[in-house]
Amino acid sequence: MEFTFSLGVGVLTTAGIYLMLRAQTFPVILGLTLLSYAVNLFLFASGRLTVNGAAIVGQSQHYADPLPQALVLTAIVIGFAMTAFVLILSLRARADLGNDQVDGRELPPERSAMEEALAGKIEKNSAAQKKNKRNRN
Amino acid sequence: MSVLWILLLPMMGILLPVLFGKSGRTPTAWLTAIMPAAALGMLLQMAPMVFSGQVPMFTLPWVPLLGLNISLHLDGLAFLFCLLILGIGLLVILYARYYLSDTDNMGLFYGYLLFFMSAMLGVVLSSNLLQLWLFWELTSISSFLLISFWWHKTEARKGARMALTVTGAGGLALLGALMLIAHVTGTYELREVLAMGDVVRASEYYPYILALFLLGAFTKSAQFPFQFWLPHAMAAPTPVSAYLHSATMVKAGVFLMARFYPVLAGTEYWFVVVSLTGMATMLLGAYIALFKHDLKGLLAYSTVSHLGLITLLLGLGTELAAVAAVFHIINHAVFKASLFMAAGIIDHESGTRDMRKLNGLWKYMPWTATLAMVAAASMAGVPLLNGFLSKEMLFTETLHQYTLGALSWWIPLLATAGGAFAVAYSLRFMHDVFFNGEPIDLPRTPHEPPRYMRVPVEILVVLCLLVGIFPQFMVGDMLSIASQAVLQKAEPGYSLAVWHGFNFPLLMSALAVGGGLTLYLNRRHLFSFQDQFVDHDAKYVFESLVQQMINRVSTLHSWIDNGSLQRAMFLMILLALMVSAMPLFNLVDAIGTHPQLPINWVVGFCAALMIAATFVTLWWSHRRLVALIALSVVGLIVSIAFTYFSAPDLALTQLSVEVVTILLFLLALFFLPQKSPTIDSPLSIIVRDFSVAALFGSVIGTICYAMLTRPLDSISDFFMENSKPGGGGTNVVNVILVDFRGFDTLGEITVLGIAALGIYKVLAQMLVFMPSADSKGYRWSKETHPFLLAVVSQSLLPLALLVSAFIFLRGHNMPGGGFIAGLITAIALIQQYVAHGVVWMKGRMPINYLGLIASGLLISTLSGLGSWAFGRNFLTTWFDHFHLPLVGEFELASAMVFDFGVYLTVIGATLLILANLGKLTTSERLRDGGH
Repeated sequence: MEFTFSLGVGVLTTAGIYLMLRAQTFPVILGLTLLSYAVNLFLFASGRLTVNGAAIVGQSQHYADPLPQALVLTAIVIGFAMTAFVLILSLRARADLGNDQVDGRELPPERSAMEEALAGKIEKNSAAQKKNKRNRN
Repeated sequence: MSVLWILLLPMMGILLPVLFGKSGRTPTAWLTAIMPAAALGMLLQMAPMVFSGQVPMFTLPWVPLLGLNISLHLDGLAFLFCLLILGIGLLVILYARYYLSDTDNMGLFYGYLLFFMSAMLGVVLSSNLLQLWLFWELTSISSFLLISFWWHKTEARKGARMALTVTGAGGLALLGALMLIAHVTGTYELREVLAMGDVVRASEYYPYILALFLLGAFTKSAQFPFQFWLPHAMAAPTPVSAYLHSATMVKAGVFLMARFYPVLAGTEYWFVVVSLTGMATMLLGAYIALFKHDLKGLLAYSTVSHLGLITLLLGLGTELAAVAAVFHIINHAVFKASLFMAAGIIDHESGTRDMRKLNGLWKYMPWTATLAMVAAASMAGVPLLNGFLSKEMLFTETLHQYTLGALSWWIPLLATAGGAFAVAYSLRFMHDVFFNGEPIDLPRTPHEPPRYMRVPVEILVVLCLLVGIFPQFMVGDMLSIASQAVLQKAEPGYSLAVWHGFNFPLLMSALAVGGGLTLYLNRRHLFSFQDQFVDHDAKYVFESLVQQMINRVSTLHSWIDNGSLQRAMFLMILLALMVSAMPLFNLVDAIGTHPQLPINWVVGFCAALMIAATFVTLWWSHRRLVALIALSVVGLIVSIAFTYFSAPDLALTQLSVEVVTILLFLLALFFLPQKSPTIDSPLSIIVRDFSVAALFGSVIGTICYAMLTRPLDSISDFFMENSKPGGGGTNVVNVILVDFRGFDTLGEITVLGIAALGIYKVLAQMLVFMPSADSKGYRWSKETHPFLLAVVSQSLLPLALLVSAFIFLRGHNMPGGGFIAGLITAIALIQQYVAHGVVWMKGRMPINYLGLIASGLLISTLSGLGSWAFGRNFLTTWFDHFHLPLVGEFELASAMVFDFGVYLTVIGATLLILANLGKLTTSERLRDGGH
């Protein structure tokens, strides 16, 4: 059982890290989610694996360690907040930069006409801003 | 207790001039002087106690486990320095009243001055190493502010920056030394450390401790090769030079050496490094001082030279030398402060400090000239003045040195040479400025300064004379207690007298005076000799060094971080991989002794499913919807794993978070580019990334396996035993969350709230790309809110709310609680958003989610604060059992109020995120298509 559990954690970590190294935002966020599953399971494992022993007083003879559970519980909720934050940040980056690249540089090879138009508008805006700045200086 | 007040009064006094600095110059000066004067009064009141050999102390434990205490002590050395700091400080306050002009911000100046005074008092009074270091750094910072007080001048800014860089870097070295000392002795308390000198000197770390310690002390006291910052710090207003750069701050370095004398001194290393550095500094400073045309420059290098002399005395290592060092600290502070003030008067009244222009001032300001000449004579070491006595003691001590073997006679010879240069530059100060013909085009016609500007100088010069003529009566007792504090034992026999008979030291003095006269008379040859050398301005050398360093660092930085997050992520993961894999090589076997659970086919099937789903996510990450569905399968199996391995609370949380996360992802998909390249990187990069990821995964998996198969030693038995009697609940996980570790939970919901606020902010004013059709070009369905879904979800709402209330209420005893109940409520409400749209919901549920988060946090915090009302610690819970007819026995616990706060925060945060993102789609679409 322990081996299977560790295998699962290892596979989740592998996939999480691989996806986090991608160039587009969506896979990175997927990777982050997978990695946080792995982290939560790993932390949970520090209390060792117990079957039929929920940490409720008076329910059974042997109990699972409640402390890692309490830590992981809040970690899950905060992990959600973090994923949400990164997700929204990626949307914002897409909105402001015109692409969904992690580095915000190269544009994706295919863009719809509307995206093209919007991206053009943004570039024009930034060019105008630069000009303004130069004038001010 | 009153020791604390000596430090606290000037600290509180900082506010007075800052707040009332506009009330005119004289009232501001008076206000500033109140607190230091009160502190001086307290100090003098404690004098009999200190002189009788007692050491008043004050200790306030703060974090005793880390050795962090607020602890002060007033021994002889501290008393002497407090007296100097407060006494000269008061004179400087009076002097600065007349020195600063109307245009200067006087309140600010006095505020900085008192800030420095408090920091310096803190250094000398501290009895805890870390606390001492803190005040040490504060003196650097306050000195930076004071040097750059005339910030519109380039040299003030440059000088301030240089002083801060050099002394700040020295401060870091000192921190290292103090931490090593604490590591060796096991304590941060100075008094305990002082008693353990043998341990420190015998430790293998001693050379490192000494090197770091001396770096700190030498940079502060401007010892060679760090002497260059002090002359540039003279860009400060002269009261600052008189106070910081002659009497107090630069003495902090020698103070430190005196303070740690019993711990670090007495070894070969100490003698060689300290005495040779002191000697080099003394000679170099005295030599350069002779050639300075700037009045303050001469005094600055003379200060460097005298600091070198004190260092030399401390380095010699004999007990009498240490006494002489303490004595010279007093004498130098007195005559040098008065000289700086006199130089300030000359500058103030004649408009220049250039000695090539200043000549024959005797006619214009005879009284000031007399005072300055007496002080300068003391600096030169003329009999009947205080400088003579300590210089005589130095000469005596150098004669008793045998450490250099047969070449020991070098030391008295070089000391005499240093003395000769001191006589020469003192002569130059007296003769060039006050005689030597007529002044050469001065900006102003010099005259005597205002009466009270001269008073501080008069007081100090009278002290020079009194100490010089009646040494035993004036400073005998104080020297004795201070020396005892330095040596940590009874001081050796010595006699303070003007006349010791004809002896060798007197001959050396005579030689020095004669040599100085000769040097001065032949100054023209010396000047032309010196003029051959190019004079490097330390300012430019230093600035260019700093600039080079910055350039190198930015090259290095751009090499590490070229702006690509993807690359940074890769490097970071590589580093983490190395760090986490390294210890595994030392682990003999991954498998441990802990008994393992047998595997069954259900678990095997679930694991296989999860691994398959993970790979689907990975493989089809560009087909986003597929990836998302696979991701949700992984999440489901993780919650099943939590259920299976006895963590029902985690399973419930994971399940509800899963729903919210996937909903959020679905919403986000709408805004991302519809078409995405199938392969985003070259194959080589993909292979590289996957190899690193697989290595990382295998390392983590191995660590996990090694951990799982080793016995557990947990602190959780305490929680299990005390959950029911102490926390009033049987669900230990929940009791830990709301009771045992309630403070953590409070922090965590705060983070949750902050994250939600951040998202709210990022979403504000976002310019979104709104696709009007799907990727295949079909228009969106006209039916935005399916009727069937609306009806079903509406009827489900009360049921869902009921479930969440049930989960919340039973949380203390059975799986459930605020987190889970909050998520369930949030999901029930989100379902309504999905089914009916934002506009429909807005009309029916006008709740401000920001307010919800705030009130949740407030309720949790207040429930914690409530325990203060009953005299308990923050977040102590209370519970009791009640009986109600019909309902029966039930329990009330204050932890429930806390949990309710958690509940509200979770709802608020979740809905703030989702509803705001959702709103973006609808409002835009309404405007866009009108349906």
